[in-house]
Amino acid sequence: MQRYSGFGLVKHALSHHENWQRQWRNPTPKKAYDVIIIGGGGHGLGTAYYLAKEFGIKNVAVIEKGWLGGGNTARNTTIVRSNYLWDEAAALYEHSMKLWEGLSQDLNYNVMFSQRGVLNLGHTLQDMRDIQRRVNANRLNGIDGEVLDAKGVQELVPIMDCSKNARYPVLGASWQPRAGVARHDAVAWGFARAADAHGVDILQQTEVTGFKIRDGQVYGVHTNRGDIEAKTVGCVTAGNSGVLAGMAGLKLPLESHPLQALVSEPLKPVLDTVVMSNHVHGYISQSDKGDLVIGAGIDGYNGYGQRGSYPTVEHTLQAIVEMFPMFSRVRMNRQWGGIVDTCPDACPILSKTQVKGLYFNCGWGTGGFKATPGSAHVFAASLAKGEMHPIAEPFSIDRFNTGALVDEHGAAGVAH
Amino acid sequence: MFYIHCPYCGELREEEEFHPKGQAHIVRPADPAACSDDEWGDYLFFRDNPRGIHHELWVHAVGCRKFFNITRHTVTYEILETYKMGEQPRFTAEHPEGRPSQDGVDPASLREGVRA
Ligand SMILES: Cc1cc2nc3c(=O)[nH]c(=O)nc-3n(C[C@H](O)[C@H](O)[C@H](O)COP(=O)(O)OP(=O)(O)OC[C@H]3O[C@@H](n4cnc5c(N)ncnc54)[C@H](O)[C@@H]3O)c2cc1C
Ligand SMILES: [Zn+2]
Repeated sequence: MQRYSGFGLVKHALSHHENWQRQWRNPTPKKAYDVIIIGGGGHGLGTAYYLAKEFGIKNVAVIEKGWLGGGNTARNTTIVRSNYLWDEAAALYEHSMKLWEGLSQDLNYNVMFSQRGVLNLGHTLQDMRDIQRRVNANRLNGIDGEVLDAKGVQELVPIMDCSKNARYPVLGASWQPRAGVARHDAVAWGFARAADAHGVDILQQTEVTGFKIRDGQVYGVHTNRGDIEAKTVGCVTAGNSGVLAGMAGLKLPLESHPLQALVSEPLKPVLDTVVMSNHVHGYISQSDKGDLVIGAGIDGYNGYGQRGSYPTVEHTLQAIVEMFPMFSRVRMNRQWGGIVDTCPDACPILSKTQVKGLYFNCGWGTGGFKATPGSAHVFAASLAKGEMHPIAEPFSIDRFNTGALVDEHGAAGVAH
Repeated sequence: MFYIHCPYCGELREEEEFHPKGQAHIVRPADPAACSDDEWGDYLFFRDNPRGIHHELWVHAVGCRKFFNITRHTVTYEILETYKMGEQPRFTAEHPEGRPSQDGVDPASLREGVRA
Protein backbone atom coordinates (compact mmCIF):
# COMPACT_ATOMS: atom_id res chain seq x y z
CA MET A 1 0.00 0.00 0.00
CA GLN A 2 1.26 3.41 -0.98
CA ARG A 3 1.13 5.54 2.18
CA TYR A 4 -0.58 8.90 2.01
CA SER A 5 1.31 11.93 3.32
CA GLY A 6 1.78 15.62 2.71
CA PHE A 7 4.99 14.78 0.89
CA GLY A 8 3.16 12.28 -1.33
CA LEU A 9 0.66 14.96 -2.27
CA VAL A 10 3.45 17.25 -3.48
CA LYS A 11 5.18 14.39 -5.31
CA HIS A 12 1.99 13.38 -7.13
CA ALA A 13 1.26 17.00 -8.00
CA LEU A 14 4.37 16.89 -10.20
CA SER A 15 2.77 14.12 -12.27
CA HIS A 16 -0.63 15.88 -12.33
CA HIS A 17 -2.12 13.36 -9.86
CA GLU A 18 -2.36 10.76 -12.60
CA ASN A 19 -0.30 8.01 -10.96
CA TRP A 20 -2.10 7.36 -7.68
CA GLN A 21 -2.34 3.68 -6.82
CA ARG A 22 -5.79 2.05 -6.84
CA GLN A 23 -7.12 2.05 -3.29
CA TRP A 24 -8.09 -1.62 -3.32
CA ARG A 25 -7.96 -4.53 -5.75
CA ASN A 26 -10.94 -6.01 -7.55
CA PRO A 27 -10.14 -9.72 -7.11
CA THR A 28 -11.99 -12.73 -8.46
CA PRO A 29 -13.50 -14.78 -5.64
CA LYS A 30 -11.45 -17.70 -4.32
CA LYS A 31 -13.17 -21.04 -3.65
CA ALA A 32 -12.70 -20.78 0.10
CA TYR A 33 -11.70 -18.38 2.84
CA ASP A 34 -11.15 -18.65 6.60
CA VAL A 35 -13.83 -16.03 7.23
CA ILE A 36 -16.55 -14.51 5.05
CA ILE A 37 -18.05 -11.16 5.97
CA ILE A 38 -21.35 -10.40 4.23
CA GLY A 39 -21.95 -6.68 3.76
CA GLY A 40 -19.45 -4.04 2.66
CA GLY A 41 -20.60 -1.23 4.89
CA GLY A 42 -18.37 0.30 7.55
CA HIS A 43 -19.08 -2.41 10.12
CA GLY A 44 -18.32 -5.26 7.71
CA LEU A 45 -15.19 -3.70 6.19
CA GLY A 46 -13.99 -2.71 9.65
CA THR A 47 -14.49 -6.27 10.89
CA ALA A 48 -12.34 -7.58 8.05
CA TYR A 49 -9.68 -4.97 8.78
CA TYR A 50 -9.40 -5.81 12.48
CA LEU A 51 -9.49 -9.56 11.75
CA ALA A 52 -6.45 -9.13 9.54
CA LYS A 53 -4.61 -6.52 11.55
CA GLU A 54 -5.22 -7.55 15.16
CA PHE A 55 -6.05 -11.22 14.97
CA GLY A 56 -3.81 -12.34 12.11
CA ILE A 57 -6.71 -13.76 10.06
CA LYS A 58 -5.97 -12.44 6.59
CA ASN A 59 -7.69 -15.02 4.39
CA VAL A 60 -10.95 -13.08 4.52
CA ALA A 61 -13.56 -12.05 1.95
CA VAL A 62 -15.99 -9.18 2.25
CA ILE A 63 -18.99 -9.87 0.01
CA GLU A 64 -21.01 -6.83 -1.00
CA LYS A 65 -23.99 -6.94 -3.34
CA GLY A 66 -23.63 -3.33 -4.48
CA TRP A 67 -20.77 -0.92 -3.93
CA LEU A 68 -18.79 -0.17 -0.75
CA GLY A 69 -20.70 2.03 1.64
CA GLY A 70 -23.77 2.01 -0.62
CA GLY A 71 -25.91 0.88 2.32
CA ASN A 72 -26.45 3.02 5.39
CA THR A 73 -22.77 3.73 5.89
CA ALA A 74 -22.70 6.50 3.30
CA ARG A 75 -26.32 7.57 3.75
CA ASN A 76 -26.21 8.69 7.35
CA THR A 77 -25.89 12.10 8.96
CA THR A 78 -22.46 11.13 10.40
CA ILE A 79 -23.08 11.95 14.07
CA VAL A 80 -20.61 10.27 16.43
CA ARG A 81 -21.11 10.32 20.21
CA SER A 82 -20.97 7.90 23.12
CA ASN A 83 -23.28 9.39 25.76
CA TYR A 84 -25.58 6.36 26.16
CA LEU A 85 -27.31 5.66 29.46
CA TRP A 86 -26.69 2.02 30.37
CA ASP A 87 -23.28 0.57 31.23
CA GLU A 88 -23.44 -2.05 28.47
CA ALA A 89 -24.19 0.43 25.70
CA ALA A 90 -21.86 3.08 27.11
CA ALA A 91 -18.99 0.57 27.06
CA LEU A 92 -19.65 -0.30 23.43
CA TYR A 93 -20.02 3.26 22.14
CA GLU A 94 -17.14 4.61 24.22
CA HIS A 95 -14.89 1.80 22.97
CA SER A 96 -15.79 3.05 19.53
CA MET A 97 -15.17 6.68 20.42
CA LYS A 98 -11.64 5.85 21.56
CA LEU A 99 -10.97 4.13 18.24
CA TRP A 100 -12.41 7.11 16.32
CA GLU A 101 -9.92 9.34 18.07
CA GLY A 102 -6.99 7.56 16.40
CA LEU A 103 -8.71 6.21 13.29
CA SER A 104 -7.28 8.51 10.61
CA GLN A 105 -3.74 7.74 11.80
CA ASP A 106 -4.43 4.05 12.16
CA LEU A 107 -5.89 3.72 8.66
CA ASN A 108 -3.57 6.29 7.07
CA TYR A 109 -6.78 7.75 5.65
CA ASN A 110 -8.38 11.05 6.56
CA VAL A 111 -11.85 10.18 7.86
CA MET A 112 -12.29 13.86 8.78
CA PHE A 113 -13.32 13.03 12.33
CA SER A 114 -14.21 16.40 13.79
CA GLN A 115 -14.89 16.58 17.53
CA ARG A 116 -17.11 19.61 17.38
CA GLY A 117 -19.37 18.47 20.19
CA VAL A 118 -23.00 17.33 20.27
CA LEU A 119 -25.91 18.96 22.07
CA ASN A 120 -28.98 16.90 23.02
CA LEU A 121 -31.64 19.48 23.81
CA GLY A 122 -34.20 19.33 26.58
CA HIS A 123 -37.55 21.09 26.12
CA THR A 124 -39.49 19.87 29.15
CA LEU A 125 -38.81 19.34 32.83
CA GLN A 126 -38.81 15.60 32.27
CA ASP A 127 -36.31 15.98 29.41
CA MET A 128 -34.00 17.87 31.77
CA ARG A 129 -34.29 15.24 34.49
CA ASP A 130 -33.48 12.52 31.99
CA ILE A 131 -30.53 14.55 30.72
CA GLN A 132 -29.18 14.95 34.25
CA ARG A 133 -29.53 11.27 34.90
CA ARG A 134 -27.81 10.36 31.65
CA VAL A 135 -24.94 12.82 32.07
CA ASN A 136 -24.35 11.55 35.61
CA ALA A 137 -24.34 7.96 34.36
CA ASN A 138 -21.95 8.94 31.57
CA ARG A 139 -19.51 10.58 33.96
CA LEU A 140 -19.52 7.55 36.22
CA ASN A 141 -18.53 5.57 33.14
CA GLY A 142 -15.72 7.97 32.32
CA ILE A 143 -17.56 9.54 29.38
CA ASP A 144 -17.37 13.31 29.09
CA GLY A 145 -20.60 15.22 29.52
CA GLU A 146 -22.08 18.38 30.95
CA VAL A 147 -25.57 19.63 31.65
CA LEU A 148 -26.10 23.10 30.18
CA ASP A 149 -28.91 25.53 30.88
CA ALA A 150 -30.58 27.56 28.12
CA LYS A 151 -28.01 30.33 28.47
CA GLY A 152 -25.17 27.87 28.06
CA VAL A 153 -26.81 26.46 24.93
CA GLN A 154 -27.35 29.94 23.49
CA GLU A 155 -23.68 30.76 23.99
CA LEU A 156 -22.65 27.69 22.02
CA VAL A 157 -25.25 28.17 19.28
CA PRO A 158 -26.07 31.85 18.90
CA ILE A 159 -28.35 31.26 15.90
CA MET A 160 -30.74 28.96 17.75
CA ASP A 161 -33.99 30.30 19.15
CA CYS A 162 -33.50 29.79 22.90
CA SER A 163 -36.08 32.38 23.91
CA LYS A 164 -38.97 31.64 26.25
CA ASN A 165 -41.38 32.50 23.43
CA ALA A 166 -40.63 29.40 21.40
CA ARG A 167 -43.42 26.87 21.06
CA TYR A 168 -41.13 24.28 22.70
CA PRO A 169 -38.63 26.45 24.60
CA VAL A 170 -35.10 25.12 25.03
CA LEU A 171 -34.55 24.55 28.74
CA GLY A 172 -31.04 23.16 28.43
CA ALA A 173 -29.05 20.33 26.95
CA SER A 174 -26.53 17.61 27.51
CA TRP A 175 -23.21 18.48 25.93
CA GLN A 176 -20.57 15.97 24.93
CA PRO A 177 -17.51 17.91 23.74
CA ARG A 178 -15.66 14.84 22.38
CA ALA A 179 -18.58 13.95 20.12
CA GLY A 180 -18.81 15.18 16.55
CA VAL A 181 -19.00 14.08 12.93
CA ALA A 182 -16.87 12.15 10.43
CA ARG A 183 -16.89 11.76 6.67
CA HIS A 184 -18.94 8.62 6.20
CA ASP A 185 -17.77 7.38 2.81
CA ALA A 186 -14.14 7.94 3.82
CA VAL A 187 -14.78 5.52 6.67
CA ALA A 188 -15.84 2.78 4.25
CA TRP A 189 -13.00 3.54 1.85
CA GLY A 190 -10.38 3.85 4.58
CA PHE A 191 -11.27 0.49 6.10
CA ALA A 192 -11.46 -1.09 2.63
CA ARG A 193 -8.03 0.18 1.58
CA ALA A 194 -6.40 -0.86 4.85
CA ALA A 195 -8.07 -4.29 4.84
CA ASP A 196 -7.07 -4.85 1.21
CA ALA A 197 -3.48 -4.00 2.09
CA HIS A 198 -3.56 -6.89 4.59
CA GLY A 199 -4.75 -9.26 1.84
CA VAL A 200 -8.52 -9.15 2.42
CA ASP A 201 -10.51 -9.77 -0.79
CA ILE A 202 -13.28 -7.23 -1.30
CA LEU A 203 -15.86 -8.67 -3.66
CA GLN A 204 -18.27 -6.03 -4.89
CA GLN A 205 -21.30 -6.70 -7.09
CA THR A 206 -21.58 -10.07 -5.39
CA GLU A 207 -24.85 -10.94 -3.74
CA VAL A 208 -25.27 -13.66 -1.15
CA THR A 209 -28.35 -15.68 -2.06
CA GLY A 210 -28.18 -18.48 0.50
CA PHE A 211 -26.13 -20.30 3.10
CA LYS A 212 -24.48 -23.70 2.92
CA ILE A 213 -25.33 -25.41 6.18
CA ARG A 214 -24.62 -29.03 7.14
CA ASP A 215 -25.41 -30.59 10.53
CA GLY A 216 -26.10 -27.20 12.03
CA GLN A 217 -22.72 -25.81 10.94
CA VAL A 218 -22.31 -23.17 8.24
CA TYR A 219 -19.65 -23.94 5.64
CA GLY A 220 -20.19 -21.32 2.97
CA VAL A 221 -22.54 -19.13 1.00
CA HIS A 222 -24.23 -19.18 -2.38
CA THR A 223 -23.71 -16.05 -4.44
CA ASN A 224 -24.59 -14.84 -7.91
CA ARG A 225 -20.90 -15.49 -8.75
CA GLY A 226 -20.86 -19.04 -7.48
CA ASP A 227 -20.41 -20.71 -4.12
CA ILE A 228 -17.76 -19.53 -1.69
CA GLU A 229 -16.79 -21.57 1.34
CA ALA A 230 -15.85 -20.64 4.89
CA LYS A 231 -16.59 -22.14 8.27
CA THR A 232 -16.98 -18.73 9.89
CA VAL A 233 -19.47 -16.28 8.38
CA GLY A 234 -20.28 -12.86 9.81
CA CYS A 235 -23.47 -11.27 8.51
CA VAL A 236 -23.32 -7.46 8.68
CA THR A 237 -26.13 -6.41 6.37
CA ALA A 238 -28.10 -3.76 8.32
CA GLY A 239 -31.60 -3.35 6.82
CA ASN A 240 -31.40 -6.64 4.94
CA SER A 241 -30.38 -8.72 7.96
CA GLY A 242 -33.85 -10.18 8.34
CA VAL A 243 -33.74 -11.40 4.75
CA LEU A 244 -30.33 -13.02 5.29
CA ALA A 245 -31.47 -14.60 8.56
CA GLY A 246 -34.43 -16.05 6.70
CA MET A 247 -32.03 -17.74 4.25
CA ALA A 248 -30.50 -19.57 7.21
CA GLY A 249 -33.91 -20.44 8.66
CA LEU A 250 -33.53 -17.93 11.50
CA LYS A 251 -35.74 -15.10 12.67
CA LEU A 252 -34.47 -11.81 14.13
CA PRO A 253 -36.39 -9.33 16.28
CA LEU A 254 -35.79 -6.60 13.69
CA GLU A 255 -38.00 -4.46 11.55
CA SER A 256 -36.65 -2.63 8.51
CA HIS A 257 -37.75 0.97 8.12
CA PRO A 258 -36.85 3.77 5.74
CA LEU A 259 -34.87 6.56 7.38
CA GLN A 260 -34.09 9.66 5.43
CA ALA A 261 -31.80 12.64 5.47
CA LEU A 262 -31.51 15.81 3.45
CA VAL A 263 -28.90 18.45 2.72
CA SER A 264 -29.37 22.10 1.87
CA GLU A 265 -27.62 24.41 -0.52
CA PRO A 266 -24.20 25.44 0.87
CA LEU A 267 -24.15 28.37 3.29
CA LYS A 268 -21.39 30.38 4.95
CA PRO A 269 -20.39 28.82 8.31
CA VAL A 270 -23.24 29.32 10.79
CA LEU A 271 -23.28 26.18 12.94
CA ASP A 272 -20.06 24.73 14.34
CA THR A 273 -21.53 21.95 16.47
CA VAL A 274 -24.22 19.27 16.22
CA VAL A 275 -27.71 19.94 17.58
CA MET A 276 -30.16 17.12 18.28
CA SER A 277 -33.61 17.28 19.81
CA ASN A 278 -35.66 14.27 20.80
CA HIS A 279 -38.63 16.39 21.64
CA VAL A 280 -39.21 18.33 18.44
CA HIS A 281 -37.48 15.45 16.65
CA GLY A 282 -34.78 16.82 14.42
CA TYR A 283 -31.01 16.91 14.24
CA ILE A 284 -28.69 19.13 12.28
CA SER A 285 -25.07 19.97 11.62
CA GLN A 286 -23.20 21.88 8.95
CA SER A 287 -20.74 20.05 6.74
CA ASP A 288 -17.33 21.40 5.82
CA LYS A 289 -18.75 22.20 2.38
CA GLY A 290 -21.32 24.44 4.06
CA ASP A 291 -24.51 22.47 3.48
CA LEU A 292 -26.83 21.83 6.39
CA VAL A 293 -27.09 18.10 7.05
CA ILE A 294 -30.53 17.28 8.43
CA GLY A 295 -31.80 13.95 9.67
CA ALA A 296 -35.43 12.88 9.80
CA GLY A 297 -37.26 10.21 11.73
CA ILE A 298 -38.08 6.78 10.39
CA ASP A 299 -41.21 6.12 8.41
CA GLY A 300 -43.42 4.19 10.80
CA TYR A 301 -44.11 1.32 8.43
CA ASN A 302 -41.73 -1.40 7.26
CA GLY A 303 -40.05 -0.75 3.94
CA TYR A 304 -37.07 -1.71 1.82
CA GLY A 305 -37.53 1.06 -0.74
CA GLN A 306 -34.50 3.23 0.22
CA ARG A 307 -36.66 6.32 0.04
CA GLY A 308 -38.58 8.20 2.69
CA SER A 309 -42.04 9.72 2.68
CA TYR A 310 -42.82 13.40 2.19
CA PRO A 311 -44.89 13.81 5.36
CA THR A 312 -41.73 12.83 7.28
CA VAL A 313 -39.67 15.47 5.47
CA GLU A 314 -42.29 18.03 6.36
CA HIS A 315 -42.30 17.11 10.07
CA THR A 316 -38.52 17.23 10.16
CA LEU A 317 -38.27 20.64 8.58
CA GLN A 318 -40.94 21.95 10.94
CA ALA A 319 -38.70 20.89 13.82
CA ILE A 320 -35.62 22.46 12.28
CA VAL A 321 -37.37 25.75 11.61
CA GLU A 322 -38.79 25.69 15.13
CA MET A 323 -35.23 25.57 16.49
CA PHE A 324 -33.63 27.75 13.80
CA PRO A 325 -36.11 30.28 12.42
CA MET A 326 -33.33 31.74 10.24
CA PHE A 327 -33.24 28.52 8.20
CA SER A 328 -36.83 28.93 7.04
CA ARG A 329 -35.75 30.23 3.63
CA VAL A 330 -32.85 27.84 3.03
CA ARG A 331 -33.44 25.59 0.01
CA MET A 332 -32.91 21.86 0.24
CA ASN A 333 -30.67 20.31 -2.41
CA ARG A 334 -30.98 16.55 -2.02
CA GLN A 335 -32.95 14.01 -0.05
CA TRP A 336 -32.44 10.25 0.23
CA GLY A 337 -33.26 7.26 2.38
CA GLY A 338 -31.58 4.22 3.87
CA ILE A 339 -33.07 1.06 5.31
CA VAL A 340 -32.47 0.80 9.03
CA ASP A 341 -32.87 -2.36 11.07
CA THR A 342 -34.59 -1.23 14.25
CA CYS A 343 -34.44 -3.40 17.33
CA PRO A 344 -37.05 -3.37 20.14
CA ASP A 345 -34.61 -2.00 22.76
CA ALA A 346 -32.79 0.41 20.39
CA CYS A 347 -29.58 -1.57 20.86
CA PRO A 348 -27.71 -3.72 18.34
CA ILE A 349 -27.43 -7.48 18.04
CA LEU A 350 -23.89 -8.86 18.13
CA SER A 351 -24.44 -12.53 18.45
CA LYS A 352 -23.88 -16.16 17.68
CA THR A 353 -26.86 -18.01 16.24
CA GLN A 354 -28.26 -21.52 16.37
CA VAL A 355 -26.19 -22.21 13.26
CA LYS A 356 -22.62 -22.90 14.34
CA GLY A 357 -20.11 -20.52 12.76
CA LEU A 358 -22.80 -18.05 11.66
CA TYR A 359 -22.73 -14.72 13.49
CA PHE A 360 -24.84 -11.60 13.11
CA ASN A 361 -23.89 -7.98 13.69
CA CYS A 362 -27.03 -5.94 13.03
CA GLY A 363 -29.89 -4.06 14.66
CA TRP A 364 -27.95 -0.79 14.70
CA GLY A 365 -31.05 0.87 13.41
CA THR A 366 -30.87 4.62 13.19
CA GLY A 367 -27.61 5.05 15.08
CA GLY A 368 -24.81 2.66 14.19
CA PHE A 369 -22.43 4.90 12.29
CA LYS A 370 -20.92 6.18 15.53
CA ALA A 371 -20.20 2.61 16.55
CA THR A 372 -18.44 1.57 13.34
CA PRO A 373 -14.88 1.03 14.60
CA GLY A 374 -15.92 -0.31 18.01
CA SER A 375 -18.51 -2.70 16.64
CA ALA A 376 -16.09 -3.92 13.98
CA HIS A 377 -13.35 -4.42 16.55
CA VAL A 378 -15.34 -6.45 19.07
CA PHE A 379 -17.04 -8.42 16.29
CA ALA A 380 -13.66 -9.31 14.77
CA ALA A 381 -12.43 -10.44 18.18
CA SER A 382 -15.54 -12.61 18.57
CA LEU A 383 -15.17 -14.23 15.13
CA ALA A 384 -11.45 -14.82 15.71
CA LYS A 385 -11.93 -16.50 19.08
CA GLY A 386 -15.26 -18.19 18.52
CA GLU A 387 -16.49 -16.54 21.75
CA MET A 388 -18.28 -13.23 21.99
CA HIS A 389 -16.05 -10.38 23.19
CA PRO A 390 -17.07 -9.19 26.69
CA ILE A 391 -18.27 -5.83 25.32
CA ALA A 392 -20.41 -7.63 22.73
CA GLU A 393 -21.78 -10.24 25.09
CA PRO A 394 -24.77 -8.30 26.50
CA PHE A 395 -26.00 -7.80 22.93
CA SER A 396 -26.73 -11.44 22.28
CA ILE A 397 -29.95 -12.32 20.51
CA ASP A 398 -30.95 -14.36 23.60
CA ARG A 399 -31.81 -11.20 25.48
CA PHE A 400 -35.20 -11.03 23.79
CA ASN A 401 -36.17 -14.28 25.42
CA THR A 402 -34.36 -13.91 28.74
CA GLY A 403 -35.67 -10.37 29.17
CA ALA A 404 -32.22 -8.80 29.72
CA LEU A 405 -32.89 -5.92 27.34
CA VAL A 406 -30.66 -2.85 27.25
CA ASP A 407 -33.27 -0.14 26.82
CA GLU A 408 -31.63 2.83 25.13
CA HIS A 409 -34.76 4.49 23.79
CA GLY A 410 -33.90 7.56 25.86
CA ALA A 411 -30.37 8.09 24.60
CA ALA A 412 -31.32 6.91 21.12
CA GLY A 413 -34.69 8.66 21.11
CA VAL A 414 -34.11 10.78 18.05
CA ALA A 415 -32.95 8.89 15.01
CA HIS A 416 -29.27 9.69 14.50
CA MET B 1 -47.54 9.67 0.03
CA PHE B 2 -50.03 6.86 0.42
CA TYR B 3 -53.71 7.17 -0.26
CA ILE B 4 -55.37 4.70 2.03
CA HIS B 5 -58.86 3.35 1.76
CA CYS B 6 -60.35 3.11 5.27
CA PRO B 7 -62.63 0.06 5.22
CA TYR B 8 -64.80 1.61 7.95
CA CYS B 9 -65.18 5.13 6.54
CA GLY B 10 -65.28 3.73 3.01
CA GLU B 11 -63.15 6.62 1.81
CA LEU B 12 -59.74 7.11 0.28
CA ARG B 13 -57.76 9.46 2.53
CA GLU B 14 -54.21 10.78 2.82
CA GLU B 15 -51.50 8.92 4.71
CA GLU B 16 -51.21 11.62 7.36
CA GLU B 17 -54.62 10.72 8.77
CA PHE B 18 -53.31 7.26 9.65
CA HIS B 19 -50.66 5.64 11.84
CA PRO B 20 -48.96 2.31 11.15
CA LYS B 21 -48.97 0.00 14.16
CA GLY B 22 -46.80 -2.90 13.03
CA GLN B 23 -47.50 -6.44 12.01
CA ALA B 24 -51.14 -7.52 11.76
CA HIS B 25 -52.78 -10.70 13.03
CA ILE B 26 -50.65 -11.09 16.17
CA VAL B 27 -52.66 -13.09 18.66
CA ARG B 28 -52.03 -12.53 22.36
CA PRO B 29 -51.37 -15.86 24.08
CA ALA B 30 -54.60 -17.01 25.74
CA ASP B 31 -52.80 -17.92 28.94
CA PRO B 32 -49.72 -15.68 29.26
CA ALA B 33 -48.67 -17.18 32.58
CA ALA B 34 -48.36 -20.56 30.89
CA CYS B 35 -45.95 -19.29 28.22
CA SER B 36 -42.30 -20.30 28.31
CA ASP B 37 -39.72 -17.48 28.10
CA ASP B 38 -39.18 -18.38 24.47
CA GLU B 39 -42.87 -18.17 23.60
CA TRP B 40 -43.33 -14.91 25.46
CA GLY B 41 -40.21 -13.32 23.93
CA ASP B 42 -41.32 -14.40 20.47
CA TYR B 43 -44.76 -12.92 21.03
CA LEU B 44 -43.38 -9.60 22.30
CA PHE B 45 -40.39 -8.98 20.08
CA PHE B 46 -40.14 -11.18 16.99
CA ARG B 47 -41.91 -9.80 13.93
CA ASP B 48 -42.23 -10.68 10.28
CA ASN B 49 -39.99 -8.41 8.26
CA PRO B 50 -40.48 -9.56 4.68
CA ARG B 51 -39.06 -8.03 1.55
CA GLY B 52 -42.34 -8.32 -0.29
CA ILE B 53 -45.97 -8.69 0.73
CA HIS B 54 -46.67 -7.73 4.35
CA HIS B 55 -49.84 -7.52 6.45
CA GLU B 56 -49.95 -4.50 8.73
CA LEU B 57 -52.17 -3.04 11.41
CA TRP B 58 -53.05 0.63 10.91
CA VAL B 59 -55.28 3.05 12.75
CA HIS B 60 -57.34 5.82 11.18
CA ALA B 61 -55.99 8.13 13.86
CA VAL B 62 -57.61 11.43 12.96
CA GLY B 63 -60.61 9.89 11.20
CA CYS B 64 -62.88 7.22 12.63
CA ARG B 65 -60.05 6.10 14.98
CA LYS B 66 -60.67 2.47 14.15
CA PHE B 67 -57.98 -0.14 13.64
CA PHE B 68 -57.87 -2.08 10.37
CA ASN B 69 -55.39 -4.04 8.24
CA ILE B 70 -53.42 -3.30 5.10
CA THR B 71 -51.65 -5.68 2.74
CA ARG B 72 -48.72 -3.79 1.28
CA HIS B 73 -45.59 -4.59 -0.69
CA THR B 74 -42.54 -3.43 1.26
CA VAL B 75 -40.37 -2.76 -1.81
CA THR B 76 -42.79 -1.19 -4.30
CA TYR B 77 -44.96 0.16 -1.44
CA GLU B 78 -48.06 -0.73 -3.43
CA ILE B 79 -51.15 -1.16 -1.25
CA LEU B 80 -52.91 -4.32 -2.41
CA GLU B 81 -55.93 -4.19 -0.11
CA THR B 82 -57.29 -2.86 3.15
CA TYR B 83 -59.62 -4.96 5.28
CA LYS B 84 -61.46 -4.86 8.56
CA MET B 85 -60.37 -6.37 11.85
CA GLY B 86 -61.27 -10.02 12.01
CA GLU B 87 -61.10 -10.48 8.24
CA GLN B 88 -58.40 -12.39 6.41
CA PRO B 89 -56.25 -10.98 3.58
CA ARG B 90 -56.84 -12.01 -0.03
CA PHE B 91 -53.35 -11.07 -1.17
CA THR B 92 -50.63 -13.11 0.49
CA ALA B 93 -47.04 -14.18 -0.21
CA GLU B 94 -48.47 -17.48 -1.49
CA HIS B 95 -51.14 -15.72 -3.57
CA PRO B 96 -49.64 -12.42 -4.71
CA GLU B 97 -52.30 -12.11 -7.41
CA GLY B 98 -55.08 -12.66 -4.91
CA ARG B 99 -56.57 -15.75 -3.37
CA PRO B 100 -59.56 -17.05 -5.32
CA SER B 101 -62.63 -16.09 -3.33
CA GLN B 102 -65.74 -18.04 -2.41
CA ASP B 103 -68.06 -15.11 -3.03
CA GLY B 104 -67.13 -14.97 -6.72
CA VAL B 105 -65.52 -11.51 -6.54
CA ASP B 106 -62.54 -11.13 -8.85
CA PRO B 107 -59.56 -10.15 -6.62
CA ALA B 108 -58.26 -7.80 -9.32
CA SER B 109 -61.39 -5.68 -9.01
CA LEU B 110 -60.80 -5.27 -5.27
CA ARG B 111 -57.31 -4.13 -6.00
CA GLU B 112 -58.54 -1.41 -8.34
CA GLY B 113 -60.77 -0.12 -5.58
CA VAL B 114 -57.94 0.63 -3.17
CA ARG B 115 -55.65 2.12 -5.75
CA ALA B 116 -58.09 4.68 -7.12
C1 LIG C 1 -30.58 8.67 6.89
C2 LIG C 1 -29.75 8.00 7.94
C3 LIG C 1 -29.13 8.77 8.91
C4 LIG C 1 -28.35 8.16 9.89
N1 LIG C 1 -27.66 8.96 10.77
C5 LIG C 1 -26.80 8.41 11.66
C6 LIG C 1 -26.00 9.25 12.51
O1 LIG C 1 -26.04 10.49 12.42
N2 LIG C 1 -25.18 8.65 13.41
C7 LIG C 1 -25.11 7.30 13.53
O2 LIG C 1 -24.38 6.82 14.39
N3 LIG C 1 -25.82 6.47 12.71
C8 LIG C 1 -26.67 6.99 11.77
N4 LIG C 1 -27.39 6.17 10.93
C9 LIG C 1 -27.28 4.71 11.07
C10 LIG C 1 -26.02 4.18 10.40
O3 LIG C 1 -25.92 4.67 9.09
C11 LIG C 1 -26.03 2.65 10.36
O4 LIG C 1 -26.38 2.10 11.62
C12 LIG C 1 -24.65 2.10 9.99
O5 LIG C 1 -24.08 2.82 8.94
C13 LIG C 1 -24.76 0.64 9.62
O6 LIG C 1 -23.56 0.22 9.03
P1 LIG C 1 -23.43 -1.24 8.46
O7 LIG C 1 -22.06 -1.36 7.93
O8 LIG C 1 -23.88 -2.20 9.49
O9 LIG C 1 -24.56 -1.32 7.31
P2 LIG C 1 -24.59 -0.83 5.79
O10 LIG C 1 -23.68 0.30 5.54
O11 LIG C 1 -26.02 -0.65 5.43
O12 LIG C 1 -23.99 -2.06 5.04
C14 LIG C 1 -24.68 -3.27 4.83
C15 LIG C 1 -24.29 -3.75 3.46
O13 LIG C 1 -24.79 -5.07 3.25
C16 LIG C 1 -25.04 -5.21 1.89
N5 LIG C 1 -25.92 -6.37 1.66
C17 LIG C 1 -27.22 -6.50 2.00
N6 LIG C 1 -27.70 -7.69 1.60
C18 LIG C 1 -26.66 -8.34 0.99
C19 LIG C 1 -26.52 -9.63 0.36
N7 LIG C 1 -27.56 -10.48 0.27
N8 LIG C 1 -25.31 -9.96 -0.15
C20 LIG C 1 -24.25 -9.10 -0.07
N9 LIG C 1 -24.33 -7.89 0.51
C21 LIG C 1 -25.52 -7.52 1.03
C22 LIG C 1 -25.68 -3.88 1.51
O14 LIG C 1 -25.60 -3.64 0.13
C23 LIG C 1 -24.87 -2.90 2.33
O15 LIG C 1 -23.81 -2.29 1.63
C24 LIG C 1 -28.20 6.74 9.94
C25 LIG C 1 -28.83 5.97 8.96
C26 LIG C 1 -29.59 6.58 7.95
C27 LIG C 1 -30.24 5.72 6.90
ZN1 LIG D 1 -61.84 5.50 9.04
